[in-house]
Amino acid sequence: MSTTTIWIMIALLTVGTVAIKAAGPVALGGRDLPPRATGVVARLAPSLLAALVVVDAFGGTDRTLAIDETAAGLAAAGLALLAKLPMIVVVLIAAVVTAVLRAVL
Amino acid sequence: MCYNTAMNLMQVSNGTTLAEADADDVLATADESAAREAASGPRGGAPDGRGPDESRLVDGVKAGLPLVLPALAIGMSFGVLAEPVMGAFAAIAMSVLVFAGAAQFASVSILAVGGSLASAVSAGLLINTRFLPMGLAVAPNLKGGPLRRAAEGQTMVDASWALANRGDGTFDRQIMMGATIPQGIAWWGGTAIGALGGALLGDPATLGLDALFPAFYLALLAEEMSDRAMLSSALLGAAIALVLVPFAPPGIPVVAASAAALLGLRRT
Repeated sequence: MSTTTIWIMIALLTVGTVAIKAAGPVALGGRDLPPRATGVVARLAPSLLAALVVVDAFGGTDRTLAIDETAAGLAAAGLALLAKLPMIVVVLIAAVVTAVLRAVL
Repeated sequence: MCYNTAMNLMQVSNGTTLAEADADDVLATADESAAREAASGPRGGAPDGRGPDESRLVDGVKAGLPLVLPALAIGMSFGVLAEPVMGAFAAIAMSVLVFAGAAQFASVSILAVGGSLASAVSAGLLINTRFLPMGLAVAPNLKGGPLRRAAEGQTMVDASWALANRGDGTFDRQIMMGATIPQGIAWWGGTAIGALGGALLGDPATLGLDALFPAFYLALLAEEMSDRAMLSSALLGAAIALVLVPFAPPGIPVVAASAAALLGLRRT
């Protein structure tokens, strides 16, 4: 991979990402969303967060799904959430369970 | 697995963590904001130039502090992965300029296995297309003319966006901008540490650090589950993403999951 290719990639990703992040704010300006859209926006966070959780926890490389140590760590985090533990404890439990299983299995 | 989890890197998660006290601060601030808004009416404008319903930037910084550790850890992972492919300087420059972890991992991973420039760039940008709906969502709460709005939009990363989300379809821009500051510093610093000292560090996956991100997202998600409407969108979003993972390029499953938010059209 040549140095030039690397820097072209960085430049294109930079410009593209800046444009994508700017698109919504610039296109909409200061206008408020119509009321029906507000209901949709309110649901964007749960929709995207749930997708990030499952893709992160169950997505392997090469477009595969797998139940592995990370998924087990996430399950432990879920139990910790049900037990109303503080968030920092919840995420540390996930990391510890994942690490221990990796070491053992 | 490490690669995939790391896909979420910078765009960490929420921020209520570190100490419960932090979460309480944020909530208290929200309450104060609501009180201000009730007193002055929406769009009234506070004396210091803030909107009547906005927090302070420093509140956002505090909200973002819990994300420092995961951003640092995943940043180190990125540095370790990217250095052999592009050298330390380019790896650090990429974190500073592109500033989108999942996209950076995807692009560099493709280059690392001999993929083409076009496929590396398109994979990275596809992953970032989720910022289109997210940007439309925050747009009404940003300020100023087109240039300033575009600049404020650059501070949008997953975790900050989720933190700034008030749950009613509006966003607190100071929280979003502030929460990105500590994450950004940790992301750049982590990349530098990983790129320059990678050989000494070993694989962050052995510490289970790649599980930090989905766990953060899950905790954030739990806070969103205020009613059945949110739950139904979350379940549908997860289902869409899972079904698409085997068939769609990386990034697309998460973008497609935003369609689950369309359930919100029914309520009105």
